[in-house]
Amino acid sequence: MNEELLVTARANDLIDPSLQIWTWEVAMYLFLGGVTAGIMIFAAVVALMKRDETAPFAATRLALLAPIVLSLGMTTLFLDLEHKLYAFRFYTTFLVLSPMSSGACILLIIYPVSFLQILSTLRRGAPQAGEFVDRLAMGRAITDWCERYRREISLVALPAGVLLGVYTAILLSAFSARPFWNTGVLAPLFLVSGLSTAAALVALLTRDHGERAWFTRIDIVLIIVELVLVALFLINLATGSAKQIEALECCVMGGPYTFAFWVLFVGIGLLIPLVLEIMEMRGLGKPLALAAAVLVLFGGYTLRYVMVEVGQESTWTRYPTQYNAELLERLDR
Amino acid sequence: MTRYAMVIDTRTCIGCGDCVVACKTENKVPEGLNRDWIVEATRGTYPNLTTEFRSERCNHCSNPTCVTLCPTGASHTWKDTNIVLVAAEKCTGCKACIAACPYDARLVMHPDGYIDKCTFCHHRVEEGLDPACVSSCPTHCMHFGSLDDPGSIVSKLLKTRNHKVLHPGTGNEPNVYYLT
Repeated sequence: MNEELLVTARANDLIDPSLQIWTWEVAMYLFLGGVTAGIMIFAAVVALMKRDETAPFAATRLALLAPIVLSLGMTTLFLDLEHKLYAFRFYTTFLVLSPMSSGACILLIIYPVSFLQILSTLRRGAPQAGEFVDRLAMGRAITDWCERYRREISLVALPAGVLLGVYTAILLSAFSARPFWNTGVLAPLFLVSGLSTAAALVALLTRDHGERAWFTRIDIVLIIVELVLVALFLINLATGSAKQIEALECCVMGGPYTFAFWVLFVGIGLLIPLVLEIMEMRGLGKPLALAAAVLVLFGGYTLRYVMVEVGQESTWTRYPTQYNAELLERLDR
Repeated sequence: MTRYAMVIDTRTCIGCGDCVVACKTENKVPEGLNRDWIVEATRGTYPNLTTEFRSERCNHCSNPTCVTLCPTGASHTWKDTNIVLVAAEKCTGCKACIAACPYDARLVMHPDGYIDKCTFCHHRVEEGLDPACVSSCPTHCMHFGSLDDPGSIVSKLLKTRNHKVLHPGTGNEPNVYYLT
């Protein structure tokens, strides 16, 4: 017997009986941050590969989504803050060893780069907005400049996107106190998931059949790579420290999040869309591609949600008994 | 840097909870929140059981990951010591420090929303006093002092008695010691 019980009250909100500090808001931010990273990377790659003709949506309109998606993510992140009025403090200090501080800095880089990326194809991607910008002398000059230097902007957007995709994972993996997160495999896993969800977004939104087929092929490769990374992640935990093995066993191999991890994420979010996309490649049509894309986006969010939740369950400190206010009420009767 | 430590004798602690009450009174910790707590650890097989009481709190680690991971510098070490504090006016309530603490020793202050924790009663330490929990302990099982001073009570106890810290494997180098 080795039992550790709490004998005085400890029912700190969001901390006891197990951490519940981050829920859907943070998972949604990590998901949308990953999608934004994928959007910027694909928009840059298409420009660098000069695939404007074969990938018209990704070349001219995809980048428009980046600041919208990222801003939605930052909104949910703001909702998660407990001391909201002090959110400006993210921008009064820069602490290089804190991934959150670095992340705040990366977001400062992402917005201007994203706007330059948008301007470089605005006249073709959104002609009405292009006309509006052209009415201003300065807007016209900046747009001309962006169009001229589209290749150079893409060369900056590509690493910026990778940085954004990777940092959301490093943010979690830096927590040595949470054994489930404490692995470097999270970074490539989140990056590939971000790319996969962005590819799915293109497949969902483009009207060009050839482009949809191209991005579906890309997504098939990305899903296979993601499955390999998920396997590496599990192997990493299963062969890790006692705390990591415990985290894996209690959460993914028979715990409360087993269903979400295996059925919702691996099954519905990765394997089913993979099969649907392969079937589509064999000529079984557009509805399958659209269904697959929706499932990939669902899988991307589920991955973040499961990671955020399970990571909080994994801990060094666990006391089997907790303060229960109901017991005190029973005494009064 | 002055390294302050707390040394708690599990052989004389009876788990009365006075340290918990003293902390709440001294620091006006709101109802429902706790900066310290008591754990009763039972080991063995009946009838050969051993029981240990531990008064637990923030370990004011020498390698505080909560300070490293805080994005705004709100979590910081006090003056040139290992005492970890939170500056409420810099705290965004992002909760990274809560996730970073292997001891789950932090809390969200209600209703304000900034993060709060044990301060080793630095306001008392500054005046040469012991933290409130140590001062109030009826069995005198709690001791406080500087590990840099070889003559301090904590240095002497750690030199002469068997001791342990909680979860040394985290690498955080905790500074709350338990005499066994």
